[in-house]
Amino acid sequence: MSGTAPVLEVEGLTKSYGGVHAVRGVSFSVAQGEIVALIGPNGAGKTTCFNMLNGQIPPDAGRVRLLGEDTTDCPPRVVWRRGVGRTFQITATFSTMTVRENIQVALASHASRTFNLWRSMPDFARRDADALLGLVDMAGYADRPCGELAYGDLKRLELAVALANNPRLLLMDEPTAGMAPKERVALMRLVARIARERTIGVLFTEHDMDVVFEHAERVLVLNRGQLIAEGTPASVRRDPQVRAIYLGEGLLYEGGQHEGANG
Amino acid sequence: MSFYVVQFLTGLASAASLFLVASGLSIIFGVTRIVNFAHGAFYMLGAYMAFTLTERLSGTVGFWGGIVLAALAVAAVGAAVEMILLRRIYKSPELFQLLATFGLTLMVEDLVVILWGPDDLLGRRAPGFRGAIDVFGQNLPSYDLFLIVIGPVVLGALWLLFHRTRWGVLVRAATQDRDMVAALGVNQKWLFTSVFAAGVFLAALGGALQIPRDAVNHTMDLRIIVDVFVVVVIGGLGSITGAFAAAVLVSELNAFGILVFPKISIILVFLVMAAVLIVRPWGLFGKAETAPRRTPGSAVRPWRPLTFAERVAVALVFAAAASLPLFGGNYAISVATEIVIFALFAASLHFLMSAGGLASFGHAAYFGLGSYGVALLAKLAGAPMLVCLLAGPLLGLAGAVVFGFFAVRLSGVYFAMLTLAFAQIAWSVAFQWVEVTGGDNGLLGIWPARLVATPARFYWLSLAISAALVVALRVMVFSPFGYALRATRDSALRGEAIGIDGKRVQWIAFVIAGTIAAVAGALFAYLKGSVFPDSLGISLSVDGLVMVLLGGVETVSGAIVGAIVYKALNIWLVSQTELSKLVLGGLIIVLVVAFPRGIVGMAELVVDRLRRRAQLSASPPSAALAQDIESAK
Ligand SMILES: Nc1ncnc2c1ncn2[C@@H]1O[C@H](COP(=O)(O)OP(=O)(O)OP(=O)(O)O)[C@@H](O)[C@H]1O
Ligand SMILES: [Mg+2]
Repeated sequence: MSGTAPVLEVEGLTKSYGGVHAVRGVSFSVAQGEIVALIGPNGAGKTTCFNMLNGQIPPDAGRVRLLGEDTTDCPPRVVWRRGVGRTFQITATFSTMTVRENIQVALASHASRTFNLWRSMPDFARRDADALLGLVDMAGYADRPCGELAYGDLKRLELAVALANNPRLLLMDEPTAGMAPKERVALMRLVARIARERTIGVLFTEHDMDVVFEHAERVLVLNRGQLIAEGTPASVRRDPQVRAIYLGEGLLYEGGQHEGANG
Repeated sequence: MSFYVVQFLTGLASAASLFLVASGLSIIFGVTRIVNFAHGAFYMLGAYMAFTLTERLSGTVGFWGGIVLAALAVAAVGAAVEMILLRRIYKSPELFQLLATFGLTLMVEDLVVILWGPDDLLGRRAPGFRGAIDVFGQNLPSYDLFLIVIGPVVLGALWLLFHRTRWGVLVRAATQDRDMVAALGVNQKWLFTSVFAAGVFLAALGGALQIPRDAVNHTMDLRIIVDVFVVVVIGGLGSITGAFAAAVLVSELNAFGILVFPKISIILVFLVMAAVLIVRPWGLFGKAETAPRRTPGSAVRPWRPLTFAERVAVALVFAAAASLPLFGGNYAISVATEIVIFALFAASLHFLMSAGGLASFGHAAYFGLGSYGVALLAKLAGAPMLVCLLAGPLLGLAGAVVFGFFAVRLSGVYFAMLTLAFAQIAWSVAFQWVEVTGGDNGLLGIWPARLVATPARFYWLSLAISAALVVALRVMVFSPFGYALRATRDSALRGEAIGIDGKRVQWIAFVIAGTIAAVAGALFAYLKGSVFPDSLGISLSVDGLVMVLLGGVETVSGAIVGAIVYKALNIWLVSQTELSKLVLGGLIIVLVVAFPRGIVGMAELVVDRLRRRAQLSASPPSAALAQDIESAK
């Protein structure tokens, strides 16, 4: 709506599975162009949160607003059209297509050409697709089958796909998981650069604290479905509760769930 | 009133066999994840075996002993089948598993005719249950009462088996989480074999128990399997309680449907099934499949449009095909016309299967609706050929719009079973609604317009229409829509996350494929001059699947080659042997187990290897090695 509304506002988001309270009354917001990290131990509810933010699962309670507009009950495709790009913890790409075609599908959808039955897709928006690939340093991979990419390359491809609709907000669930340490740093630097250049808000989850503290302007800490701390990287670092979870004292601190949910 | 009570009790009695077969199917699916199409065949074998054994063994003990022995014998056959065939295909895509077990069904159908002859066999009455009892002044066979009791008894016995025995607990654990059982160190092979045998035992028992009630014949397998599919779709695959509840529901709907819609009783079952699917897509007691299964078509090198040279080659082949009437006789031309029409049919199914990842087991429904559309317009409205050809396929389109709406809500085996059930419903309507469709006698006397009345001209017309539509399908595969369809197949999650409404895309693809099949059906009606319910039948649907498989599911247009080879082979085979089902069934199994890529798929692979080898020898060894390592990743 208005130019200054936060890109994302979340209020009292709640979801439980049977007896497990995956997410409990989570509220926060992300300003335009702001880079925010959502951290927490395994099973804290980060992915569940993301899934509710982009409409993949309906929350039990709570509201989600994008640029001032309520999107709580919208399916992912509608949320995407409002300007949200998403990457998944476990990459989801089109493995039978080439790398370029993966981007072209997203571009065609963005241009509302999904139901066009006659145009030739291999020629569709090639330039734009290659430009996006260039942005994530994958220009040389355009004609490679996506199914044979290494995992780190898939993560970068997902980023390029997520950028195809000129998003206002990127939701990145563990964008660097499964990558070598050097690659991680490079990828997050790339994300931060693109986000600053294009004023894209970024909400990302991450287990590598170096990555978090280098790039996040603000950090949200989730534990057992609840937001337990929020603030600048420095203040969160000093927070005793957070230290309890992350610095091994967690053994004393009610033990945390280590179910390693994926998704 | 009393009439309704008896009708209700008859329905309950019919539910018994249906429940036995459906629960067997569910148990097997729960552990092995295979939907055993051959379950109907095992049911039929149980009935035939029981017929023979109860004839040989005399007395009460002989009868009941014969029933149980029959079921045990068939279970042993089932175990052998599991060890010889199924073990090889547990990791294959669902489509292949369904097809292989369907091939088995075909083989059993012919074997049964060889062993027991083609005529209906009337079994012995059950000792102790020969009479009828009086229910409010109406007669109810006492054997029906026995069956009414058997259903809940078996349900209870299964419950005990699964909760009170170690084997049962293992089976339940495996149904919930297969990896866990593997981790427990249980011998999986033995577990799978025993589960399969147990499921087959239930099916065969269901068949054996039918013999005092119904004649035994060699078509009972398909009749029961369709009902069973409806039952598990409604009840939920993998749930025994669901199988029981749905078996009762479906049997009662059949019993009372006759009263509501005497001509088209099956409609009632359809309406209920549709309602259940809207509210609970995975059935009343079923759970959503969490892990998406591999669909055929997802392990390919990226597709690409034809190069210029390839287009020229295709044009030459087309020109050669078009010149056939210049040197071929009338018989050759009519065979060629049939092949061309079936190539179009196969191409439409292939589009749905390869690009859409949706393996329809009832694609003939739309072919047949196209045929009936033409026939009804020509016979009832006296419309000219041009109108019929344009408007007739609209019936197929309408069918695809309605059935497709429900079918695309499901995927994998559920989709296959549902499409099969829909096709069977369409078939029943054509079969039962005699006033309009002529029933079994079909509709005769559909002649093409004078302009295309010679075999050669009709061939050219069919060739032109088929070629144009095949080209259109290819254009669609490479259009944004085709990519959206493939995107949904590859990762529905990612598709949704980039704005693609997967269900709608699949629905439209379903309608496109159905409509093109209907055009093929419309041409077929004119080729034969008549339409019969067979044109909607299971065997035609499966013919289509085999054509696609033979050509190569993972190719863009392999189905055309598959259709040509298969149809030619079929016509030749029928002229050579009485046992075409046996041969066809064997062919399907061999294809699935040994040759899953199909003809075009194999050819592409060979060309690819040759090309790579040529590159290897052309480039310096180190670079070639690097490239090979790259592509091996
Ligand atoms: N579909 C589901 N059904 C049942 N429980 C679920 C489901 N999805 C998540 N959970 C549970 O909800 C909790 C939060 O899971 P979630 O995946 O959101 O955690 P996460 O913070 O993303 O963890 P990770 O760092 O391992 O990715 C976990 O306890 C998980 O077991
Ligand atoms: Mg997660």
